[in-house]
Amino acid sequence: MSLFPPIEHKRSGWQLFLMTVIGRSYPRVVGMQRERSWMFFDVFLPLLSVAAYVFVYRAIGAPEDYVGFVVVGGAMTAFWMNVLWSMSSQLYWEKEQGNLALYIISPAPMMAILLGMAVGGLFATLLRAIAIIAVGSLIFEVTYAVSSFWQLIAVFSLSMIALYGLGMMTASIFLLLSREAWHLANLAMEPVYLVSGMYFPVKNMGFWAAAAASVIPLTLGLDAMRQLVFASGPSLGFLSVETEIIVLILLSVVFVTAARFLLAYIERLAVREGRLTENRR
Amino acid sequence: MSLTPAVKTENLGRIYKIRNNRKEKQRELVALTDVNLEIHEGELFGLLGPNGAGKTTLIKILTTLLSPTSGKAWVAGFDVTRHPAEVRKRINMVSGGETSGYGLLTVRENLWMFAQFYGIPSQEANRRIKMLAEIVGIADRLNTKSSDLSTGLRQKMNIIRGFLTDPQVLFLDEPTLGLDVGASRDVRSFIRRWMDENPHRTLLLTTHYMVEAEELCDRVAIINQGRVLACDTPARLKQNLRHEVFFQVWVAAPRLLDEYPFLQIAGIKHFHQFPEEDSLRLEITLEEESVLSEVIGELTAQNARISRLEKREPTLEDVFVQLVGQRMEEVENVAVPAD
Repeated sequence: MSLFPPIEHKRSGWQLFLMTVIGRSYPRVVGMQRERSWMFFDVFLPLLSVAAYVFVYRAIGAPEDYVGFVVVGGAMTAFWMNVLWSMSSQLYWEKEQGNLALYIISPAPMMAILLGMAVGGLFATLLRAIAIIAVGSLIFEVTYAVSSFWQLIAVFSLSMIALYGLGMMTASIFLLLSREAWHLANLAMEPVYLVSGMYFPVKNMGFWAAAAASVIPLTLGLDAMRQLVFASGPSLGFLSVETEIIVLILLSVVFVTAARFLLAYIERLAVREGRLTENRR
Repeated sequence: MSLTPAVKTENLGRIYKIRNNRKEKQRELVALTDVNLEIHEGELFGLLGPNGAGKTTLIKILTTLLSPTSGKAWVAGFDVTRHPAEVRKRINMVSGGETSGYGLLTVRENLWMFAQFYGIPSQEANRRIKMLAEIVGIADRLNTKSSDLSTGLRQKMNIIRGFLTDPQVLFLDEPTLGLDVGASRDVRSFIRRWMDENPHRTLLLTTHYMVEAEELCDRVAIINQGRVLACDTPARLKQNLRHEVFFQVWVAAPRLLDEYPFLQIAGIKHFHQFPEEDSLRLEITLEEESVLSEVIGELTAQNARISRLEKREPTLEDVFVQLVGQRMEEVENVAVPAD
């Protein structure tokens, strides 16, 4: 009997694409939950900054819905952190670890690898975001008044597609920037907290500033979600939920398409310049 | 057997443009020059050379990770630059000292994940992982997190990853780098079994261990400073040295010997000395055996007492010395890394 029998039916086409997405999402869906420390670092620590804003709002006598705004904003922060540190800079880390070369030489499409990273990251972060909302709502006694579940699901889904599309797009750019990527990710973290209105209604920044900030999918996603889950949400909203949904659809298409083309371009460039393997080899 | 070579290169070259910082002017580093190779289906082909010789650069080009700056290369009949997707369906690669995979996943999970990227259904992947793990002797570690593995066990996992997908052409880049003697032997015997089982499989192995190349390879190309200096079977390469005589001499000497008087002896081709625990080992190549008496005379003159003397068969290391004029480790000590 043969010790190494040939493989009769290797999958290709869409089946290979799907298998790759599942395969690459696995380390995040399963592996990331194994380190129990995530409960402290990814749930408890974000709740500290949420608490700071809650106490400020309560001290100045802001409407009670602002507390809910902050809790939802705190949960959405987790997604931004994930996109920044586990999507944008991920291809660079994969390169340094030696995985990127193995992805490239496999028949798996690189878009499927990126999508797998995004799906896995989204799932892992969703657990953290749910935990932040559940614990935050319980501690600060947040009351929700959801006006439309369907719109809420649509807004959340579109925000995630656009946000992770942005992450997929920047992943290629960061790959080319190598070590600089770390500094860029650091640079992008705090300003986005401000302009996306994580802890306050973005409308307060004024129309043009809020419009410019809308290029970050979190801004409109968060604004629309607040309008849909809090009684005072619509009065504090930047644009109507319908308009924000349309813009989110546009952002999703632009970012995912750009990610695809950029990835192909960067791969060609990296092959030409020899940047696909880790620096130490 | 297919008439199409499994791997073919034509005048293949690669120049890296290097600049350490933005202010510095860009300089060129020639990693490969005019490499012409033809590896046949079913062959276990060795690429032998010191660190920095260009072996890894060649592998990177053949595995579609790097484009050549001149010449062409084909793998399984497909141009690596024009049809990388076709090449990727048919190859796999394992490098020595690799840290691929994810530490949070177990060995089984890591291997399963990589199998997915090759479209191998889960059931088939798991069956093969189990079987290969038993062959390489890590079946009891399949549920261990890969971050908890020793270097040797980790490399065995990498080896399984490479063979798991049943590639038509497999590239092994220094697969036994950093492994202990036992683990290296296991890996070599595994490679040989895999090749012996199916005549359609082709394997390109890069190594700077002469013994590995000699033990495993059907043919060997010796590469140095980006150029292929010789390419043939190990036996034929060594046959070129049949007119020379090789001696190993162990002497008790208080310090390193003065090499100059030895090199002045007519008929002595190479003289190298290596300090060992309590003696000096001399590697001496002579044009004819009769010169040995003069060498012994000089040893006596330098108060070096012979404790052992052996006449030995030529090795690939001797072939390398003949081609390059230096031993491989001497080249490594001065080489600018091109790999």
